[in-house]
Amino acid sequence: MAEVDAKQSLELRRPLSPHLTVYRPMLTMMMSIAHRITGAALYFGTILLVWYLLAAATGGPAFDFASWFLASFVGQLILFGFTFALLHHFFGGLRHLIWDAGYGFDKDWREYLAVGTLAASVSTTLIIFIAAHLA
Amino acid sequence: MSHDPFSIRSAAGRVGFLGAAKTGTGDLWRMRVTTVALVPLAIAFVWIVLRLVGKSEAGVRAEFAHPCTAIFLLLFILASIVHMRVGMQSILDDYIHTPRLKEWAIIGNSLFSIGFGVAAIFAVLKLSLY
Repeated sequence: MAEVDAKQSLELRRPLSPHLTVYRPMLTMMMSIAHRITGAALYFGTILLVWYLLAAATGGPAFDFASWFLASFVGQLILFGFTFALLHHFFGGLRHLIWDAGYGFDKDWREYLAVGTLAASVSTTLIIFIAAHLA
Repeated sequence: MSHDPFSIRSAAGRVGFLGAAKTGTGDLWRMRVTTVALVPLAIAFVWIVLRLVGKSEAGVRAEFAHPCTAIFLLLFILASIVHMRVGMQSILDDYIHTPRLKEWAIIGNSLFSIGFGVAAIFAVLKLSLY
C-alpha cells in the first residue's frame, strides 16, 4: 500500500502544463487540430485507395463492385470526406512549409493563414466535386 | 551513476531512461522532404483520380497505359508511405502513454504503412504493365 501511495503522491507532485481545455477555442487552434485529424483520416483512407486500385487491377466483378460502391450515396459521402481531408491537409501542409521557412508567425498572418487554409480547402473541395460530377 | 550538473533532464526522466537519443532529427527531416514532394504529387494524384471518375474498366486501363499515370502515382504512394508513417508515429507518441502498447502501436504503424503501400504499388504496376 505504502508503495502505491508513494507512487500516487509522486504523480500528484509532478507539474502539469495547462492543456487544450483551458483555452478559449480559436481558429488557429481549430486548424491545427483539424490538420492532425485529417492526417489520421487520410492514413486510414489509404485502405479505400488500395481497395480501388486492387479492384481495378483484378478487374471483372471486383472492379464493377468497387465502381458501384463509390458511385453510391455512401461511397460519394466517403469520397467527399476523403477529398476534403486531402485538401485541408494539403493547404495545412503548405502553411507548415511557410512556417518552416520562418514566415507567417506574426499576429495578423497567423489569422490570415488559418482563414486561408479553411477557405481554400472548402472551396477547392466543392470545385473538384462539381468538376467530377460534370465530367 | 554520476549526474551531469549541466543536464536539463529531470530526475524522473533520468530514472525512466527518457531523454535525447541523439537521432531525433531524422523523422523531422523526412517529414519536411515528403511534405515538399507531396505538394506537386498530391495535385497530380487529384488530377489522375478526376480522370478515373466514372470510367469503365477499359477506360481505367487506358489511363494506366500512359506512363505518367503510373510514374506520378508510384511517386505519390512512396512519398505518402514515409509521410503517413512518420505522421502517425508523432500522434502515437503524443497520445499513448502505456509503454508496451506504444511499442506495439509503433510496430503496427510501420506494418500498416508498408503493407498498404506495397499493395498499392503492386496494383499500379499490374494495371500499368499489362
